[in-house]
Amino acid sequence: MKELLKDLNKAFENKIRLGIMSVLVVNEYTDFTSLKELLDVTDGNLATHLKSLEKSKYITYVKEFKGRKPNTRYSSTSEGKQAFIRHIKAIEQLLR
Amino acid sequence: MSKEKYVKDLEEIKDIMKRSSRFISLSGMSGISAGIFALAGAYAAYKMVLGNQALEYDKAVLTNNDLTTLLIIAGLCLILAVSSGIFFTSRETKKRKQKVWDHQTKRLLINLAIPLVTGGLLCLIMLFNNYVGIIIPMTLIFYGLALVNISKYTLHELRSLGILEIALGLGAACFIEFSLIFWALGFGALHIIYGVVMQIKNKS
Repeated sequence: MKELLKDLNKAFENKIRLGIMSVLVVNEYTDFTSLKELLDVTDGNLATHLKSLEKSKYITYVKEFKGRKPNTRYSSTSEGKQAFIRHIKAIEQLLR
Repeated sequence: MSKEKYVKDLEEIKDIMKRSSRFISLSGMSGISAGIFALAGAYAAYKMVLGNQALEYDKAVLTNNDLTTLLIIAGLCLILAVSSGIFFTSRETKKRKQKVWDHQTKRLLINLAIPLVTGGLLCLIMLFNNYVGIIIPMTLIFYGLALVNISKYTLHELRSLGILEIALGLGAACFIEFSLIFWALGFGALHIIYGVVMQIKNKS
């Protein structure tokens, strides 16, 4: 049991962070607004969680301009993908 | 930490993945309406042009007048089917509170257009070179290929629909004298059946 719990990632305990990772694992990239709409969260809330995932090096971003509007595109790193898959596998094991 | 929380987590993950990566607002109604227009078009084509002549194997005598009528019928069918499709799809996206025009829609349309425009241009080239018989089978085949191509970006059921369309297209190419029947089956009957199945699935 302890072995299993070790694989459950603290970074993904939070629902919004789990949601962000779900989106970024299946999409090449997603911008801030789409993430906000998909997860139905506020700007500040989303930004906080994005920052924490960034700190764990699970996601990266590219800032660019669409016309005059800044547009940030987020994508998951391979580290993040692996961590996410380990987390899901641990959940599945736990439920078995 | 209860197990229920994790079951719920998994469900939510699946739902978010699906919503974020696939265009899921295709309505069964667009299939049904496209099918009805196709059947009407096939019937009109038969009544106005093809029914007037004895059908012989790989030989259909079309005057330029007949050809114009057929092209007008085909064009009308296409316009009606596409606009009803757009109407029902945008209604469905509004119901699901999603955006009609986002990068998923764009990706879907581009991948639909590549095989479809190729097929359409090839059909026009064939038409100008007087290979009229091959056009009906080709529309089925290229439409089928286009559906298979977009099925990974939208409802995966489109894949089987696409494969059926390709099979009907190949059948029509073997039996060109019956190709209008194959066309009516593919664009008419299959669309209606598919639309009804999707409507039932959506409701349940």
